Amino acid sequence: MNDKLYKVLLFIVALIMPIVCGGVVYALVTDAYDAFEHFGFFRFLTSSEWSYTEGAEQYGALPFITGTLMTTLLALVFCIPFSLPVALFVGEYFRDSRIAAVLSTVVDLLAGIPSIIYGLWGFYTLRPIIMALNISPQGSGILTASLVLAIMIIPYASSLSAEFIKMVPNDLKEGAYSLGATRLEVVRNVVFPVAGSGIFSSYVLAIGRALGETMTVTMLIGNTNDMPNSITATGNSMASIIANQFGEADGLRLSSLIAIGLILFLITAIINMVGKIMIKRARIA
Amino acid sequence: METFKLKKRLAKDKLMLWGVCLFATLTAVPLVAILGEVFLRGYDQLSWSFFTEPTPTAYKAMKAIEAGEPIPGGIANGIVGTMLMLGMATIVAVPIGILCGVYLAENSKSRFAQIVSYLTDLLQGTPSVIIGIVIYIWVVVPMKGYSAIAGSVALFVMMLPLIIRSTEETLKILPASLKEAGLALGGNEARVMLRVQLPAAFGGVFTGVLLAISRVIGETAPLMFTALGCSLIRWSIDKPISAVPLLIWEFFNDPNLQDLIWGASLFLLLFILMLNILAKYIKGTLY
Repeated sequence: MNDKLYKVLLFIVALIMPIVCGGVVYALVTDAYDAFEHFGFFRFLTSSEWSYTEGAEQYGALPFITGTLMTTLLALVFCIPFSLPVALFVGEYFRDSRIAAVLSTVVDLLAGIPSIIYGLWGFYTLRPIIMALNISPQGSGILTASLVLAIMIIPYASSLSAEFIKMVPNDLKEGAYSLGATRLEVVRNVVFPVAGSGIFSSYVLAIGRALGETMTVTMLIGNTNDMPNSITATGNSMASIIANQFGEADGLRLSSLIAIGLILFLITAIINMVGKIMIKRARIA
Repeated sequence: METFKLKKRLAKDKLMLWGVCLFATLTAVPLVAILGEVFLRGYDQLSWSFFTEPTPTAYKAMKAIEAGEPIPGGIANGIVGTMLMLGMATIVAVPIGILCGVYLAENSKSRFAQIVSYLTDLLQGTPSVIIGIVIYIWVVVPMKGYSAIAGSVALFVMMLPLIIRSTEETLKILPASLKEAGLALGGNEARVMLRVQLPAAFGGVFTGVLLAISRVIGETAPLMFTALGCSLIRWSIDKPISAVPLLIWEFFNDPNLQDLIWGASLFLLLFILMLNILAKYIKGTLY
């Protein structure tokens, strides 16, 4: 095979990415168009009504956007107290030791468990605990979903953070030690300031993961279409309303669900892009 | 006074160390809890017939429960569906993914390659439920029905970015001297890639493929809108078909079939664990 042919072949195969991604956007936009045209783009985003009585169909995405934001933010809050110590353990305190390798393997395995099995565990183990603690009567809800989501995103946040913590130059740390700093002071005054933007970006990517998680949330959030009014309330996220109703929907409702899919796609695309750009900057710095 | 201050600093330092150790160890608890629950509740369901018989109907299961017998049947329909769809997706995704990865590794400076690289990230970050919607629009609607083909297209789209990335990254860390030596011996670029660089990168690429398979094998949401599910053992690619994660979802929603949940989950987990261990082993030996 000559060089020219080889280059052309590679180029043609690489065209598949623009085609697939273009196809994704095209399919979502054309099929969501009905809903946006019928309700108006802005009203679709801000209406909190979701009723499929024939003749008076009314669909709005606000409860589900709220549900997604609440579960994601709560998951982030619950995840940080665990993922940050893991990152410090692997990247600084016990770096390159056997025990750190064991811990990162454990955390990697957490990333490999399918989301439907997280959902089962949340439903059969965590939900009874939540009920027994009298936190919410039905056990499922935004809080339950976020707790399991938090476990699911720990691996994404911690492995990348550990990488950035490892990249902190040794001479900076040694400088601080030679001035008499304790390890904690080195972590606080050298490691965090230097690795901070990298650590932050790894949490942005973890948010990107949490936003689109489907099965776990569907199994645990309680599946109600009203606006959630507290963190223990039931609700629906954008992904879970799609998983719940897509199979039975048609017409305007199907289009509305696809519109929610388009919004979710755009949000995750933006979050992921921001995260990737921040990582690139943090790597160069 | 000074020694008191020093003691306080040292105490804080120690507290931090213990705090890090404690919370890092606590992170292992959910893994142990999840694996433990699935193993303990699932292992006595595994039997020969569990792997060779299709899912029972809800009625049959209800009869068995009333008679106090274990539920008949198993998850053979799901295993066949998963293997069929995953096989088709892998056969297509591996060559395309590797060639795309080669393109990105060879042309990392070109504008188009940067766009492709960005789109790969975009596709990798896209929630799987959205892939499900899109394949529904692409394949299910024109074909007027759910099918194994639609399911495998969904799995293909999810595997593609993972294979591209792992190929690209493995090729990029190969020493440049390897390629130069190949070219110096008179091979052209295509030949050097095929005979020198790709064989050298085999471990990394193969590991990437295994991890891509293990990542998509548990995907449920995209298959719900594409493969739908079916209670028969089927080999046809143009009809609805089941998959192991779809069966778990079905069992979860049907009170009569709930006893089968844990066996199916255990099978899925063991399979994923095996793929991960294999990937780690290959990476350790071939790199």
